[in-house]
Amino acid sequence: MTTPVLNLEKVRKTFGSEVVLEDITFTVPVHTATVFIGASGSGKSTLLRCINLLDQIDDGQILLDGEDISSADVNPDEVRKKLGMVFQSFNLFPHMTVLENVILAPTKVQGIAKEVAVEEALQLLKKFGLKDKADQYPDRLSGGQQQRVAIIRSLARHPRLLLLDEVTSALDPVLVNEVLSTVRDLKSEGMTMVLATHEMGFAKQVADEVCYLHNGRILEWGTSGEILENPTRPETKEFLRRVHDAGRL
Amino acid sequence: MKKLLKVIPLLVAALVLSACSSSDENSATSESTTCSPESLATVEAGTLTIATGEPAYYPWVIDDKPESGEGFEAAVAYAVAQELGYDNAAVKWVRTSFDAAIAPGPKTFDFNLQQYSITDERKQVVDFSSPYYKSNQAIVSFKGSKIEGVTTLQGLADAGAKLGAAVSTTSLDVIETQLGLKASVFNDNAAAVTALKNKQIDGLVVDLPTAFYLSAVEVPNGIIVGQIDGSDAGDQGFGLLLSKDNPITSCVTKAVDAIRDNGTLQAIIDQWLTSSAGAPVLK
Amino acid sequence: MSNKSGRGSYEGATPYDFGGPWSPSEIELARRQARKKRNQRSALVAALSSFLVLGTFVIVVVTSPGWETLRNTFFKWAYGFEILPKIILGFGTNAMLTVIAGTSVAIIGLAIALLRTSRSPALTPFRFLATVYVDVFRGIPMLLVILLVGFGIPALQIKGLTNNVLILGTLAVIITYSAYVAEVIRSGILTVHPSQRAAARSLGLSHFQTLRHVVLPQALKRVTPPLLNDLVALIKDTGLVSILGVTDAVRAAQIQTAKTFNYTPYVMAAIIFLLVTIPLTRWTDRMLRNSLEKQNAQGQA
Repeated sequence: MTTPVLNLEKVRKTFGSEVVLEDITFTVPVHTATVFIGASGSGKSTLLRCINLLDQIDDGQILLDGEDISSADVNPDEVRKKLGMVFQSFNLFPHMTVLENVILAPTKVQGIAKEVAVEEALQLLKKFGLKDKADQYPDRLSGGQQQRVAIIRSLARHPRLLLLDEVTSALDPVLVNEVLSTVRDLKSEGMTMVLATHEMGFAKQVADEVCYLHNGRILEWGTSGEILENPTRPETKEFLRRVHDAGRL
Repeated sequence: MKKLLKVIPLLVAALVLSACSSSDENSATSESTTCSPESLATVEAGTLTIATGEPAYYPWVIDDKPESGEGFEAAVAYAVAQELGYDNAAVKWVRTSFDAAIAPGPKTFDFNLQQYSITDERKQVVDFSSPYYKSNQAIVSFKGSKIEGVTTLQGLADAGAKLGAAVSTTSLDVIETQLGLKASVFNDNAAAVTALKNKQIDGLVVDLPTAFYLSAVEVPNGIIVGQIDGSDAGDQGFGLLLSKDNPITSCVTKAVDAIRDNGTLQAIIDQWLTSSAGAPVLK
Repeated sequence: MSNKSGRGSYEGATPYDFGGPWSPSEIELARRQARKKRNQRSALVAALSSFLVLGTFVIVVVTSPGWETLRNTFFKWAYGFEILPKIILGFGTNAMLTVIAGTSVAIIGLAIALLRTSRSPALTPFRFLATVYVDVFRGIPMLLVILLVGFGIPALQIKGLTNNVLILGTLAVIITYSAYVAEVIRSGILTVHPSQRAAARSLGLSHFQTLRHVVLPQALKRVTPPLLNDLVALIKDTGLVSILGVTDAVRAAQIQTAKTFNYTPYVMAAIIFLLVTIPLTRWTDRMLRNSLEKQNAQGQA
């Protein structure tokens, strides 16, 4: 069996006296997508931030390709070269054009020559149908386009693992689909992903595994069919019922 | 039509304003025929309000206490008051800055004395009594400055002297016009003295008696480089300063003339002011 | 007129007939007429009221008894232009001071702001000192600082330390203004959304690169209006060093006024300052508007 891309063992995270994540254990094999669902405040965003080393865990271990990235002597910048992360909003840098946003990391961090970086960036943008926006400033793009560019920008680093933190939660429902379609394309190309989301559509169409997070614990996990249609735990049922009533299922 | 109606109150207001701003009749100023506390139109009836600087320096006032009557100008003030018929208890002292008093406008005092030189420009905006003292301007410096030992006016320029004076003084005029040098200009003498003590200027131009005081007492290792020859030529002397067209000016002038004529003034000069023999004359 | 209650739908064929020939109805025409009339009336009232108010004001001022004196005392133009060269010479000092102080303040202010927003443990004592510095120099009137630095320090007669009033005065201005500018820049840095920093770090940018490419460009753009405000204030405050014996535009005007007791020199000095500050403020307004337009096109997708 090949080493999974991501492995979390009994991860715990507190903010002061408040326990935000408890006993988090899961595995993400290569070329798969794991989707975390749960109410706001259940710890989804914190989980992704911990994986990206933006927050420090209080117990447990995080392994990336078998290496312990949660150890004290790890350089976060080195780790982040292998990870890509997209946030709910304020991803793109508003004072730079789309193209400049995408080539920033390759040129400044990886030291790639500007012409080469521009070439690659334009290829990526073209692939996802956004090449004509290359010289626009982010505010001229719709929310959905902005998030897609944010995803593309993180791809420019060719990461091992992509973390998507509620990337459609700030979007107009009409725009959610274009982002979903981009994520689907990524999946079909074999990108390994962990997503935190409210959108059950993501869970249904993209997830290899769905985990229900409740008050910081993974209460249930399984395939999307299993969890979404046949949840066993009452909390999961309650959550899904509420989501259904809100018209998002 | 409604909107036009709203404009009318504005018109009315404007008319009212212009009516209110018509001037009062100026009463003709009449000269006092007698000079006594009962008839003099002082700022405060029955009291003579005299002003001087803040602080008031030696030898003009001792210990900054003009009420004591100690110091050349304090003594002159009380002598004039007495001549006018005010006893010491009827004299009140106030302080003003140097340039505030020369500026046109009503005054809070009857007369002001702080080494005000009588000049024609100033006479256009204030009144002066006849002069009570005349002196040259002199340069105060410190041992080891670049103008120590200079004996001529040209020598000052050659040494590249940085001279200071307070704004609106005749000392400043002397530097700019008579010496033709660029001056460091300060708000008042106190600031200029600070700069001199700090050696930020090479010399300070003040009247001779003040120069004696500063060089002997205020400035460490102070020296007088010399008196500026001819600086009293255009100088009409120090006068008591009064508001323009003040009805009591003639009485005050008469008082100054009286104490000059009867020797009181000379006695005061002898008591409080050193002879000018100690300072060389720069030509 | 169709009945719009109950259920219904558009009967026409697709593609929809938008943009076809249309001319305004009678109702619309009547409305336009009424609006035009109302606008004309408003304009007339505005003109009349302005004319009356301003006209009355001017008449009141010009016919008041003090006007002649006022005009001679403050607005004696012939005299004003005669002494103008002296004031312009003095203004040269203000200008030079502004340039030197302005540049230094920008650099020092930025450094202190970065220091205060850093999180490195090694910089802790400096961070503390920076906070003390900012509190102290925003709390003391600049006049006091100028006196302390310009007169107080030379009084100590420390060997090797300059006692030149111009240098010390400039230093005092720099020390004071850097404190203000540091706080302005710091507030700009703090308003950049934390997700921006997170996004930059997630892309692999180091702390310094994040600062340089993501945080500072946005922060500085945001605080450009208050910074330019400070620049205008600086131009005016440079005059305070005249206390130390430096002749600037204000002092030059004061010297002239003291000779003649006519206040026109002050008015000339004021005009010179305005000639510099007004274009500066209008230019900064325009610059700000342009940069905002470029960045904040309202959802044109």
